[in-house]
Amino acid sequence: MDIKNTTKGFTNFFSGSSTFGKYFPQILTVFFIIFIFGYFTYNAQVNMDNRGIDFGLRFLGEEASFDIQFSLIEYSGASSYARAYLVGVLNTILVAVIGIFFATILGVVIGISRLSSNYLIAKVAEWYIEIFRNIPLLLQLFFWYFAALRALPLPKEAINFFDTAYLSVKGLYIPKFVWTNFDIFFYSIIASIVAIIFVFKYAKNQQEQTGRRIPSFFISFGIIVLLPLLTFLIGGVSLSFEYPVLTQLSKTIFNYIGGVAIIPELMALALALSLYTATFIAECVRAGIMGVTKGQKEAAASIGLTPGQVLRLVVMPQALRIIIPPTTNQYLNLTKNSSLAAAIAYPDLVLVFAGTAMMQTGRAIEIVSITMLTYLSLSIAISIFMNWYNKKIAIKEK
Amino acid sequence: MYRYIKQLTSLLAVFAVLFSFANEAMAAKKSKTLKNTIKKGFVRCGVSQGLPGFSNADASGNWTGVDVDVCRAVAAAVLGDASKVKFTPLSAKERFTALISGEIDILSRNTTWTLSRDADIGLTFVGVNFYDGQGFMVRRDSGITSTSQFKSGLSACVNIGTTTELNMRDFFTSKGISYEPVVFEKADEVVAAYDSGRCDTYTTDKSGLAAQRTKMKDPDAHIVLPETISKEPLGPVVRQGDSVWEDIVRWSLNVMIEAEEYGIDSSNASAMKSSENPQIKRLVGAEGELGAALGIGNDWSYNIITQVGNYGESYKRNIADTGILPDRGPNELWTKGGILYVAPAR
Repeated sequence: MDIKNTTKGFTNFFSGSSTFGKYFPQILTVFFIIFIFGYFTYNAQVNMDNRGIDFGLRFLGEEASFDIQFSLIEYSGASSYARAYLVGVLNTILVAVIGIFFATILGVVIGISRLSSNYLIAKVAEWYIEIFRNIPLLLQLFFWYFAALRALPLPKEAINFFDTAYLSVKGLYIPKFVWTNFDIFFYSIIASIVAIIFVFKYAKNQQEQTGRRIPSFFISFGIIVLLPLLTFLIGGVSLSFEYPVLTQLSKTIFNYIGGVAIIPELMALALALSLYTATFIAECVRAGIMGVTKGQKEAAASIGLTPGQVLRLVVMPQALRIIIPPTTNQYLNLTKNSSLAAAIAYPDLVLVFAGTAMMQTGRAIEIVSITMLTYLSLSIAISIFMNWYNKKIAIKEK
Repeated sequence: MYRYIKQLTSLLAVFAVLFSFANEAMAAKKSKTLKNTIKKGFVRCGVSQGLPGFSNADASGNWTGVDVDVCRAVAAAVLGDASKVKFTPLSAKERFTALISGEIDILSRNTTWTLSRDADIGLTFVGVNFYDGQGFMVRRDSGITSTSQFKSGLSACVNIGTTTELNMRDFFTSKGISYEPVVFEKADEVVAAYDSGRCDTYTTDKSGLAAQRTKMKDPDAHIVLPETISKEPLGPVVRQGDSVWEDIVRWSLNVMIEAEEYGIDSSNASAMKSSENPQIKRLVGAEGELGAALGIGNDWSYNIITQVGNYGESYKRNIADTGILPDRGPNELWTKGGILYVAPAR
């Protein structure tokens, strides 16, 4: 039998040379998926019926009756489970945003440093990457939380930063901003940003038409500082600080009351996530920069651009195209890894909702499904945003 | 694919038969859990991850404790051998899912009996093997001797998924005290957090506080405050829907308590077979057909008493002699001023 012909026929069959061959595998796949999904749903249904468990989301409206350590929105034990869910989601988003912010900055700096011609800087960056990338994240998390932050002093002997912020085993206490007429200040910031966008557009136009360079950076800086400052002088905006105060709760128990408390659980999680993910982002950045051909840099240098301009105007715009897709993966990883929070008592979605709420209601199937859907939605949102950004910076073929 | 459909139909057929024709006597023979347990040759029991006095494993993996003894009693009753138990250590968060999903058949893990747990999530509580209440532990040098000295700003370490988490909120809210709850999944993590000064107080059932205190670096540096802020009746739990298995677990526990009431213990049980008292004779299996009513052998109660002992022996061995709670308090028999009072096995 002619093997070559057989394979050819097989390939033809499935690659759509006949109408049947074109649709058959797809129909089969759809049926297969429906069957698998249907089987598991049915199976779960039968088992749940047998054990007297009903399925429903009514519990979301019931009173949660447990407290949460840390919340971005108003929450008390009298709030509903839906509210507790929201607190968990926001806490997850908070730590993901903080993590992504620091991981990106650190990753870019380390990635560029690794390519530095300075031997010491390049080696330090390399060692940093190799160490932090190769230790499991959970262990790093334990290290920061159980070893590093637990070794901090008690509130009474807290590390004092200029009498405004205090670091102790119970967390970092910083002053709280107390605004009057904050909305006016807020609008002035938005107005400044709009103005800056116009300045940049105008500067670009001018440079393209007349070749004259306008110091747009300094102008923007002026706008963003002066306009909000003006609201303080004539807009009735004022800002004062509420400082944390060391309060004695008993003979030996002290705690800071007032101000904003950044709990050690949040610090440890943000620290571990950003230090770990930064190593991968650094490698993405390095790959991106190395992916720009040497000729580009030499050509840029030969027309008289400074090394800073070469990096900013020629290398980075091209490197970003290579950097963004794998970095998106790292952002997704960071967001999903934030669920390790449950190991160190940071009240994220997993701890609050898939932990306490699941235990108190016993609705494992509903709660785990909702939690999975939430992570899926978060990840898809990040993907969509990063894909949009990637398209925006892609080379526009004309 | 065909095989699954076939399995499914046969499964459905089995249930159809079960539900349409089942009566008490048939169910006794057809208890799925009982049948599986006999087939496997061991009782699958969910316990804590280490709580001295209740369920704790030693270095060589032997489990001891009053919660452990409930499972051993069931093994003695059903299989005639108290050692035929497979213990699964579970966190508070995992425990109910493990039971409902069928990973274990008895959950004997200092679990509080509440209405919502009993009625809402497919569980059935079969009795109480320890009457407890929630308390607070603080460092002795803190100068706090009563919960009335608590002030806003305290941080409290607690275990996730416990009634403790809810009672704590009720307590602090009713007193108008704002506090910081720090919630961990493992009891060890809670204790470590409290020990390091992350929390000012540690709250759980008082028996748990007493037990964990013995594990601390310096037990004398900590005190348990006198106030009890809740009722915590702890007891074994089974899956809803298997009433025969439920009865077996319930009466295994009851027999341990009733044996103490009648003065039967592991050393005198065989002598008691020739007792004059008919109830004593029933308890050691010398009279009546109590086992048959449960669908197990008639020597079930005799096996429990000789192999595990009565409730008093179990308490003394696990909780009193280990220095956790030498005083039995409410866990004394009703005849001696406690509240242990069970339905008669007859």
